[in-house]
Amino acid sequence: MRLSPFAFFKAGGSALPGYRLSLTLTLAWTGFFIILPLSTLLVYPWQSGPAAMLGALHDTRMLAALWTSFSCAGIAAACNIPCGFLLAWALARGNLPGHRLADALIDLPLALPTAVSGITLATLYGPHGWLGALLSLLGISVSYNKAGIVLALMFVGLPFVVRAVEPVLRNLPHELEEAAHLLGARPWQIFVRIIAAPLLPALVTGFGLAFARGIGEYGSVIFIAGNQPFKSEIAPLLIVVRLQEFDYPGATAIALVLLCISLLSLALIGGMRRRFAVWSEPA
Amino acid sequence: MSIEVCNLVRLAPGTQQRLLDDVSLTIPKGAFVALVGPSGAGKTTLLRAIAGLDNCNSGSVLLDERPMTSVKDRAGRMGFVFQNYALFPHMTVARNIAFGLDVLPRSERPARAYIAQRVEELLELMQLQGMGGKHPAKLSGGQRQRVALARALATGPRVLLLDEPFGALDPIVRRSIRAWLRDLHDRLGLTTILVTHDQEEALEVADRIVVMQSGRIVQDATPLELDEQPATNFVMEFLGEAVSFAGEVRHGRMVLDDALVLPFIVPDGVTDGPAVAMIRPYEIAIQKPTSEQDVLSIYAAPRGTRNGYRHYTLQIGERIIPFYRPVDEDDVQVQGVALDISRSRLFRQGLLCG
Repeated sequence: MRLSPFAFFKAGGSALPGYRLSLTLTLAWTGFFIILPLSTLLVYPWQSGPAAMLGALHDTRMLAALWTSFSCAGIAAACNIPCGFLLAWALARGNLPGHRLADALIDLPLALPTAVSGITLATLYGPHGWLGALLSLLGISVSYNKAGIVLALMFVGLPFVVRAVEPVLRNLPHELEEAAHLLGARPWQIFVRIIAAPLLPALVTGFGLAFARGIGEYGSVIFIAGNQPFKSEIAPLLIVVRLQEFDYPGATAIALVLLCISLLSLALIGGMRRRFAVWSEPA
Repeated sequence: MSIEVCNLVRLAPGTQQRLLDDVSLTIPKGAFVALVGPSGAGKTTLLRAIAGLDNCNSGSVLLDERPMTSVKDRAGRMGFVFQNYALFPHMTVARNIAFGLDVLPRSERPARAYIAQRVEELLELMQLQGMGGKHPAKLSGGQRQRVALARALATGPRVLLLDEPFGALDPIVRRSIRAWLRDLHDRLGLTTILVTHDQEEALEVADRIVVMQSGRIVQDATPLELDEQPATNFVMEFLGEAVSFAGEVRHGRMVLDDALVLPFIVPDGVTDGPAVAMIRPYEIAIQKPTSEQDVLSIYAAPRGTRNGYRHYTLQIGERIIPFYRPVDEDDVQVQGVALDISRSRLFRQGLLCG
């Protein structure tokens, strides 16, 4: 039997009181706050004509900025996977002294105003900062280049990985490891096959969240990035630059591309996560 | 493989509480032993100690007279089935079963085709044909149970350790899998230890029963011995419903405190003194009136029939006592003058004395 696309709306006899009213409210709310702004973003850039838009899309400075944003977000999210995994492990299994404090501190990058973390990182890793001075002695520079951007994005992205992995790790029954041990698995085999493998969906989710946050991050990056066009300029900053130049088509063109690529990568990551989590679907 | 447990002691971490209190146990090759006891008696602790999953404070476990010091010594030689099965959720049934073979070092690992064939064999043995590609989340409880067994048996262990394996199954599946497990044990020539809190299950499936209480072995005997000569009043009560009557042995006769219970002659060697007589409800008999003058002071109220027995309750003073008699005795109404409990076992200070 084929159901009409709006059958869900009729759904008579639902146990929820006021089903239709609440559904209407929810749809209106989502439409107003999410769909409407996003569709304006899709329409607006074309208002000054397709030629202007195509020109804006071919701007090499914009392409460089997009590349910087996406590559740095990707690298930072990837680096956060092992770090976040270890931290989640320590929190869930370690029972170390002070783990409650550490547990609270993990979320700090989420609560901190991004400008504060940006300034902190810039002073710490700048050429004259505590760590920056030490690192420059070794010939490593982590400020005013892409390394600085990655560093800042790792800082803000870490909680996402930890919070995605930790509950799954905590719920992994200890008997699984014992069973594997009794079946003759060696410690690294237990780690890879019994602990890491079921965590894969959670790790992908953590990666996706950290990546998404990394693309949109602005405040914590600009202080440490140096913001040189074609080198260490991120896409969100370029939007601000364009707006200050009153170049609205240019700004919205970047926003449009950013939106499309972000949606695409989130869809990809979501698909990947579902593929890795086939086993968890109940009968 | 024979298993020998010598003077095993395990203290609860950080305390002096003894989870296992000097436990020794010898299990010959091919035996099917059930560890029974109430919750917290140390059954699972003993099983885990035999598997080497927990460190013990002292004592040793020998497998075929060879001491086992770590889980590694036991790997592949002992199959263990956990209470919650502990199936790897992210692997298919076939991968779960093959796990013990897959993790062998390359030099010892059988060829891929052999492993696949072994998995097929086991799936067939467990009546799970065609389930190899499914994930554990899609299986029923009974199927998961059998996958866990197949996984434990894949490496060809001679010893099978089962920790309350039937706990989560419904009664019908439970009964059929019980009989099937016993058959499997006999067919593969395994030595099996089963932990259960269900004494009926133990009596049905095992040929030896080890009763545990607060970290000690109270009695280690065959089901028949256990029924005829329970070592303590706890064992008597644990193995089935039991009624106890306090009294005193005087000159070879047990005289009960309750006047409505007839005295009876005790076996030789029971010294005089206070004792407790314990009896199963189906062993109680009712003394019928012999003359017109006898007062019918016992009236048993029927409470339905179960398993070929008519159940009654009878009141003696303040107490309500269960009483069963076979269905084929046709008089439904039961009245009498006194209770005959001469088939009781006698206990003194909790220990069997006659």
